Amino acid sequence: MGPLIPLDIIPEQWNNVIAVIIGMAFGFIMEGSGFSSSRKIVGLFYGYDFTVLRVFFTATVTTAIGLYYFSYLGWIDMSLVYIHPTYLTAAIVGGLIMGVGFVAGGYCPGTSLIGAAIGRIDGMVFTLGLMIGIFFFSEGFSIFEGLYNGGFMGYITITEYFNISSQLFIFLFTVVAVAAFYFTTLIRRRVKQVNY
Amino acid sequence: MKNNNEKGTTYFNPYFGGVMLGLILLATFYITGRGLGASGAAKSTVVAAVDRVAPKHAEESAYYSKFISDDLHPMNTWLVFEVIGVLAGAFLSGALAGRLKFKTEHNPKITTRRRLIFAAIGGVFFGVGSQIARGCTSGAALSGAAVLSLGGFITMMAIFGSAYAFAYIFRKLWI
Repeated sequence: MGPLIPLDIIPEQWNNVIAVIIGMAFGFIMEGSGFSSSRKIVGLFYGYDFTVLRVFFTATVTTAIGLYYFSYLGWIDMSLVYIHPTYLTAAIVGGLIMGVGFVAGGYCPGTSLIGAAIGRIDGMVFTLGLMIGIFFFSEGFSIFEGLYNGGFMGYITITEYFNISSQLFIFLFTVVAVAAFYFTTLIRRRVKQVNY
Repeated sequence: MKNNNEKGTTYFNPYFGGVMLGLILLATFYITGRGLGASGAAKSTVVAAVDRVAPKHAEESAYYSKFISDDLHPMNTWLVFEVIGVLAGAFLSGALAGRLKFKTEHNPKITTRRRLIFAAIGGVFFGVGSQIARGCTSGAALSGAAVLSLGGFITMMAIFGSAYAFAYIFRKLWI
């Protein structure tokens, strides 16, 4: 029965040890998939490399299917799983700002660390910029506060919001992902290739 | 399982990488009840640094004070430990694949300096955006969407949609 630490099946003291182990696996797979290379990541936005889309969608679908299977089998109590809260305006505006950072900087926070770990100086500089950005936000919190708390809708899932079954949604999401894999293969063949 | 790219360095097949990443994220939820993240560790670092340099300012700030408690150091968070692991895991993967090297990766049409300036600007944008949206591509988009969070999906679409919308402006950096 999970989740193991919230239910005290694994004692809380192990939490940080587990964090390091999980982080290592996460970093290993991300680097091995090519997420240390900014030019490979950005290929997604110019159509010459769709690795990010393939890895990201496959991972999301795998986890979602796994979690709902675990829930169906009674292995995990989904009411104890943290659902990222929905602040509508904050989610949209924050996302739009991050998108600019993504295509300007070539990394996101996780991938910049992965690049930095294997010696990519652009990854290190991005991480430094990230901290400066967080510092700006924190110092100017009074300006951002309204936006930060904007449009709170609770710890709601997309299926609760649209009132459809989670299983059906995950199935449709999987179909969309597979279709995206297929069509991006076609696009990649038509786009001028970039050597990197 | 391996996939060749132009420079001869080998990466995992992206679907293999995706399934493995998905299983790691599943294990994370199963064990800890929460997902993965990255920007949260950078936030803890900033909070800890400000708290060290100007403790009074940090306590009085409406934002830093959320993450400061009397009994735990601001760096003592799950995500900081996770990121230590991420750095080690990525280093190991890079070492095994022969990718360890100090270099700035950039389009040969632009200078290293230009690449680094835009990397810094990109980081600043991501820093501000990730705090507004309460998470980045890992914490909000990937971990959020995996548990079907409405906000997770919205942030994911906003990040990628915005990156596509602005790709034309930044095209000279990359292609």
